[in-house]
Amino acid sequence: MSAELTATRAARFANWNVAIIAITVVVLIVAAATVDNFGTSQNFGFLVLDVLPIAIIALPMTLVIVTGEIDLSVASTLGLSSAVMGYLWNANQPIETIIPLCLLLGAVLGAVNGFFVTVLGLPSLAVTIGTLALYRGLAFVVLGDSAVADFPPAYTNWVTGTIGSSPIPNVLIIIVVLAVVFGVVLHATPIGRAVFAVGASEQAARFAGVRPGRLKFWLYVASGLVSGLAGVLWTLRYSSARADNGAGLELAVVAAVLLGGVSIFGGKGALPGVIAGVVLLGSLQNALRLSDVSNEALNVVTGVLLIASVLGPNLANRLRRT
Amino acid sequence: MTAVGLSAPRRSSLDVVLRARELGIVIALAVLVLVTAISNSRFLSGQSIRDILLNTAILAVLAVGQAVVVITRNIDLSVGSVLGLSAFTVGTLLQGNNLPVVLALLVGAGVGVVCGALNGVLVRYGNVPALVVTLGTLYVVRGVTYFWAGGSQINADELPSGFLDFGNATLIGIPYLVLLAVLVLVVTGVVLRSYRMGRELYAMGSSPHAARLAGIPVGRRTVGAFVVSGGLAGLAGVLFAARFGTIDAAAGTGYELNVVAAVVVGGVAVFGGSGTVWGAALGALLLTTIGSALAVLEINQFWQQAIVGALILLAIGADRLVATRVAASLKKRGSHVS
Repeated sequence: MSAELTATRAARFANWNVAIIAITVVVLIVAAATVDNFGTSQNFGFLVLDVLPIAIIALPMTLVIVTGEIDLSVASTLGLSSAVMGYLWNANQPIETIIPLCLLLGAVLGAVNGFFVTVLGLPSLAVTIGTLALYRGLAFVVLGDSAVADFPPAYTNWVTGTIGSSPIPNVLIIIVVLAVVFGVVLHATPIGRAVFAVGASEQAARFAGVRPGRLKFWLYVASGLVSGLAGVLWTLRYSSARADNGAGLELAVVAAVLLGGVSIFGGKGALPGVIAGVVLLGSLQNALRLSDVSNEALNVVTGVLLIASVLGPNLANRLRRT
Repeated sequence: MTAVGLSAPRRSSLDVVLRARELGIVIALAVLVLVTAISNSRFLSGQSIRDILLNTAILAVLAVGQAVVVITRNIDLSVGSVLGLSAFTVGTLLQGNNLPVVLALLVGAGVGVVCGALNGVLVRYGNVPALVVTLGTLYVVRGVTYFWAGGSQINADELPSGFLDFGNATLIGIPYLVLLAVLVLVVTGVVLRSYRMGRELYAMGSSPHAARLAGIPVGRRTVGAFVVSGGLAGLAGVLFAARFGTIDAAAGTGYELNVVAAVVVGGVAVFGGSGTVWGAALGALLLTTIGSALAVLEINQFWQQAIVGALILLAIGADRLVATRVAASLKKRGSHVS
């Protein structure tokens, strides 16, 4: 009885979700206390802009991974959305038409992934490695290796600007709104319960009346849509549409999600942990950069964190058992 | 019936499927070469073929290692980073020193073996999925290389001529690099096909649980597969250094996706248990040939990546189709009881 009690208590203690949030808070406090300029409002703005694409793409990615699938094509969708934005802007289309079109494009690209994974029943890892190459290739076909700049200042300024005279960046609104939407969907609706059910056992979920295929299809659409949005925001932030925008970002997104305690096998995970994972990754990189640690050394930190985040709970469990 | 895959009727139909898979790539390759050669005879010039073979050699060595890991239902995303670390290590070692080429090959492979062992041990003892572990080591190994190299670059004129000769010299018209790649391919292919150790890797990929019940040392074999993949990535790093002569910390960045693409196009199932290193090597040859063909046909090079992506989707789609057909025909014939 008491052993059982200790075990559950230990399990609760081992909850990576709580741990990662605690670690993130500690890192933020230590960084603010020891790193010059980390705590400034200006740096806060940079930090938010830097994590923006990872933060929003990680939200649908969390749901996709919880169902036991993966989407490696997100960064290429971002790039293709950015390239099309540049192409249409060069063709003198109004920005008010371009932005919805790019979002639609993202959704369509996501639907293509969804079609291959759910209708044809192909493994998502292979499918999205394929579309990773395909979408990035199409981005280069659309825009070549040129860059399109001079987007309307009203839009670029909004993306890099802050709310009124406060230090809160405008784009934080987008992050918060999306986080709330995905958080509510995952943790407070039947859709969210279906996501966890499918991840735990697709067979059982089907018996319980869930349609795993349809669910996954729409999750891929959501993933594409958000990646398309990330492409638009990326383009406006740097005022530069390029086919190689966001190249390699898919790995950072997956790293942030796994760091946030989502199981790569599906069925387990929570959005607060993922948001903490994104903040942890972003603020560590920001703090180390401010301390003149090279960008490349940050890669080591990211990698070690990623492995530790999965290895840690496993080892803790094993030690407790012995 | 514990080992269904070894019963006679199943085996033969499986063989047909495997042959069909590789036949598909061979046909695609033949059509590609034919069309390109007709529109531009320069494509079949000695120099052009030599370039294709040299580039294929590096990709094929990586693809063989990747195939071994994928067959066991794992994946190794760290190969591009390991190639970079190995190339830079060997480059640094050879800078101004005229060491024998064999030593360079051993050092490079050794660097890879250490990285592969790290991956394998983390996967095996940490109970962590290979995708996560090798995504992590992709960052770590690349970071270590950058940390070490900084912004520096090793140029061809700092490398001993003996080593650069190795990258370009030929034996009866065939480059050493290609011979080495073929050697790796044949040895790995034969071990996978005809030796117990190799067959155990397939068994693990088909069903890790059944493999464990059958007494296969799954843990040791998993570490072994990663060591092979790492060692070959390290070897590929030496080939990279010999071929290009210019090495910086970014060498091999993004290679992991080309390698996985070659393996998938080559008919190795991402969920393990089937596929051959011959297919993977053919996949590498096809991908490299597409690159050269596009250049010769004066088609926008940017199409290459899109074509690679479409090919992956086509390959796994066709694979699925064949698998469903075979399953259906087996069911109809009722030739085996499970």
